[in-house]
Amino acid sequence: MHDSVEVTSAVEQAHRAEWGLVLASVARLLGGDLGTAEECTQEAFEAALRTWGTRGIPARPGAWLTTTARNRALDRVRRETALRARYPDLVREEVEPSGYPGDEEEDAIASVDDRLRLVFTCCHPALAPEARIALTLRLVCGLTTGEIARSFLVPEPTMAARITRSKKKITTAGIPYRVPGGEDLPERLDGVLTVIHLVFTAGHTTEGPSLVRVDLVERALDLARVLAVLMPDEPEALGLLALLELTDARRAARADEHGHLVVLEHQDRDRWDRAAIARGEALLARAFRIGRAERPPGRFLLQAAIAGAHDEAASWAGTDWTGIVMLYDRLLAVWPSPVVEVNRAVAVAFADGPEHGLALLDACTEEPSLRSWHYLPAARADLLRRLGRDADAALAYRSALALVSDGAERAYLRGRLREVDPSG
Amino acid sequence: MSTRYMFLIYSDEAAMADATPEQWTEMLHAHQAWSGSVEAAGAKIVSGEALAPSTTSTTIRKGGGSPVVTDGPFAETKEALGGYYVLDCADLDQALGFAHTLPAFTVEVRPVIPTG
Repeated sequence: MHDSVEVTSAVEQAHRAEWGLVLASVARLLGGDLGTAEECTQEAFEAALRTWGTRGIPARPGAWLTTTARNRALDRVRRETALRARYPDLVREEVEPSGYPGDEEEDAIASVDDRLRLVFTCCHPALAPEARIALTLRLVCGLTTGEIARSFLVPEPTMAARITRSKKKITTAGIPYRVPGGEDLPERLDGVLTVIHLVFTAGHTTEGPSLVRVDLVERALDLARVLAVLMPDEPEALGLLALLELTDARRAARADEHGHLVVLEHQDRDRWDRAAIARGEALLARAFRIGRAERPPGRFLLQAAIAGAHDEAASWAGTDWTGIVMLYDRLLAVWPSPVVEVNRAVAVAFADGPEHGLALLDACTEEPSLRSWHYLPAARADLLRRLGRDADAALAYRSALALVSDGAERAYLRGRLREVDPSG
Repeated sequence: MSTRYMFLIYSDEAAMADATPEQWTEMLHAHQAWSGSVEAAGAKIVSGEALAPSTTSTTIRKGGGSPVVTDGPFAETKEALGGYYVLDCADLDQALGFAHTLPAFTVEVRPVIPTG
């Protein structure tokens, strides 16, 4: 007998590390039937909770779970007429042993391709962006529908309906269960990386005491790590992981002991995670070595390089702003976007002087897509404050406050407003 | 195994009305070339038709009471349904590939429910 705490923790650990692998293996067996694969995976984890206590925790929990889930799938194919008709070959398939020490069934373990197929299918461009995120968190990461709903602040029935609808679309619309081929790969990979990046940024909120939803940040890091392992020759896959490592390295310094937002300039750099920075820098170096040979660095790699330039600096004043402006120039060339223009303008302000940055920001205010983004007036306010134009700064802080919802960012802007206008 | 899709082609009717006979011929040739490329890729065109302008359309709505007959299409939009194809494709990726090369501005790709 194993005590229940030990079993629960072993199952939880396996859930985090193995869920996507188990599901991918069953999905391969069933030719991409993700709904049934999901149910069988769920049942295997429930079985683990029941049996590991009496029969012991297997030496290779992933193998045990995979075998159990695949056996559930085979069992269903035999029992259910509809499935039997769809998979005639599987009816005769032997049920495999249960994955305790001595059992070897390497073949059942999800291969690299299985895991990639699962990720690429969940992030297919024919699915709505929010559906891609929800499906990835459910099927690849194993988050429950309730957890996903809470993370994205939607009611659980809404999220459940969204996930069901997406799985139905995959089947009915004939979204293929495969990794896209040659010429489609870069664009489709970008879609996958975007989903992972969105999960990560959803984890960086301005709400709550720590300003971070650790579960989402950790899941995004898990996914980015898996992808970097599965696609070691794709500079953008390495670039995304580098970006997440180099950004998350500053997690502990983002909020003070009262839960107030601390902007990069005022962060205690001793609290940055040096090991994460070293991992990010190593990835950057590797990705740039690969990238040079084939094509120019992509947007994730360049954003990672910018994050790295901040992480390397001993202080805000000692930051290589000229280098950062050059990186933004390259980023704009591969990914023209008004948001990047704004960030570049801020870098220019510190490289060449606030008046230069301000002129560029003023030009951005004409851009319709930026009209409801509080960061633009907030950045203008910051530069006006540095130029000693307090009245103009106060006006800009007020514009920013009008656009930002409650939370740490609002409290930060309020504090700044009081500095330039004590009556504010 | 293949999936059947309907390609619903939406177009700007005002622009279509202004097309010269030469442009119509060009369009016809473009569609013929596209059909050839679909067959060459191993997919099958089940059917396809071009529709007369939506100004010639009549809609009958049935619900409470007696059916109401109105002049015009069900939904009045700038881009109107102007034609369709029904294709048997390997999967959605193949279908979307054909939709990309189809000489039409907007194409909705919709799976057909298998019957019989």
